[in-house]
Amino acid sequence: MAVAVIGVGHTKFGNRRDVNVPELAWEAMKQAFDSANVEQKDIDFFVVGTAGLWSSEAAVPSLMAEYAKLGVGSMRVEAACATGSAAIRVGYTAIESGEADVVLVLGVEKMQESPNPTVIEIIGRFGSYFWEFENFGLTFPAYYALHATAYMAKYNATEEDFARVAVKNHYYGAKNPNAQFQKEITLETALNSPYIAWPFKLYDCSPITDGAAAVVLASEEKVKEWGIEEKVWILSQGVGTGTANLSKRETFTSLKSAAFAAELAYKKAGIDMDAPYKQLDGANVHDCFTAAEIIAYEDLRFAKRGEGVELIRNEQTYIGGRIPVNLDGGLKAKGHPIGATGVSQAVEAYKQLLSKAEAGRQAEIKNGRWLTHNVGGTGHYSYVTIYSLEKR
Amino acid sequence: MEEFKKAVERNIAEYGFPVALDEKTGAMQWVDMRKLELSYLICIENIAPFFEGMREGKLLTTKCKRCGELFFPPQKDCPNCRVSEMEWVELKKEGVLETLTVVFVRPPSFAMHDPYTVAIAKLDDGVRITAWLRGDPRKVKPGQRVRVEISRRKEGYLMYELVPIEG
Ligand SMILES: [Zn+2]
Repeated sequence: MAVAVIGVGHTKFGNRRDVNVPELAWEAMKQAFDSANVEQKDIDFFVVGTAGLWSSEAAVPSLMAEYAKLGVGSMRVEAACATGSAAIRVGYTAIESGEADVVLVLGVEKMQESPNPTVIEIIGRFGSYFWEFENFGLTFPAYYALHATAYMAKYNATEEDFARVAVKNHYYGAKNPNAQFQKEITLETALNSPYIAWPFKLYDCSPITDGAAAVVLASEEKVKEWGIEEKVWILSQGVGTGTANLSKRETFTSLKSAAFAAELAYKKAGIDMDAPYKQLDGANVHDCFTAAEIIAYEDLRFAKRGEGVELIRNEQTYIGGRIPVNLDGGLKAKGHPIGATGVSQAVEAYKQLLSKAEAGRQAEIKNGRWLTHNVGGTGHYSYVTIYSLEKR
Repeated sequence: MEEFKKAVERNIAEYGFPVALDEKTGAMQWVDMRKLELSYLICIENIAPFFEGMREGKLLTTKCKRCGELFFPPQKDCPNCRVSEMEWVELKKEGVLETLTVVFVRPPSFAMHDPYTVAIAKLDDGVRITAWLRGDPRKVKPGQRVRVEISRRKEGYLMYELVPIEG
């Protein structure tokens, strides 16, 4: 049974101390209900992606069922920073299997309910706790920095190359009214910011963010029954898992789980493994740190190994290039509310494919396909999803 | 943060609730009065020889008696053979640095340390190890030979670190 996204909702990302957790989640849910033109009674199942710990509420699905008057089954899903995509997977497979017809998927995170030092302490634990954090204090930027250093050494990339990713993503973030940072930056600004975990500086890192996003998924049957015109199909999704402990990995210049997930997704969608970008109109990749975006270009086969850095140097991931990437500002400028990120990427795929993105950040839609790449931890979990205007 | 806490105390007394206005947005926040303090108990019963070894300056780990796979960090069970017949072997404490980072923004629980270098090295026995790297991180690159040294850390307990081998 084919599955479509028939409605989306997205809050402003950033510091959302103006609302509490249910109020924030409802903002996204309300928009999703409105845009899908569905009532609460139409929903068969409700999935919530939230990593939590930094925010006060733990039983979010129940809290939201109460607040939003949803009287159906629900569950909470967690996959670190890929939580939102994992939630989509649960909704997607529920429909694909015939278990449900219409599913609401919500991603929500209110990270700023805790002070930054507490958040740093909690995120540092998204690895192999005892052998990495307890004894050696590897912070989250540091996990990715270990990859960045290896990439620099192997392929002669520079800190300036990484900064170019930040410049691009801030350039597009400035055009996205829902982004946390709506300001363009220069290469100098990025390069002159203080070190967080060498070689990463402040502008190489995604921020701590509050935000929510929601999508309504529906079966092909429901889409027909309701005569829904505005929708995008989930063509395929690949999932991969990496080792918890980074020292168990063969290479630091690639995330094996992401390459694995991409191959699965391409295969199922019938996309050419040698040049997948020729069949896509754009992508959202997991740029929690700048170097991660460059490594993603290679794991997703947008460039050969070692040549991802050329894509950003030659502006091939801007609109008009080989493949536009992160036209919503990415995690870097849009913000990274952990549980909401994967759902936010789905919202962006929907907007881009239906040409509903804001001026200056709308890609040209020729192939009708958009890719999202959402990584939990440092490749601990990877989800690659392909959205399409056409059902296969 | 200090100002914020003072405002909360003042508001409990004057206004009647633990509230304060957010500095950036001006929105009213309830400040949770229930503090959570977490400290976990992690079982090392089955890898205790690893810690015994460190006391003698040795880096010990487990090796499956059936298939011969070497595991580091040490583990109790072999997933290949699905048995737990392990022997403890001593690793050669030398290898090659593969990657590193310097942690400038530290978690609060590491606040007593200066910025520290975390590195991953591949030991000559074939396993990889993550540890702090001693010395100036600017003087090393991936490919640098390193040795593992057991030392006592600031907090008072034994731990291992990576030390560049000169020349
Ligand atoms: Zn074995």
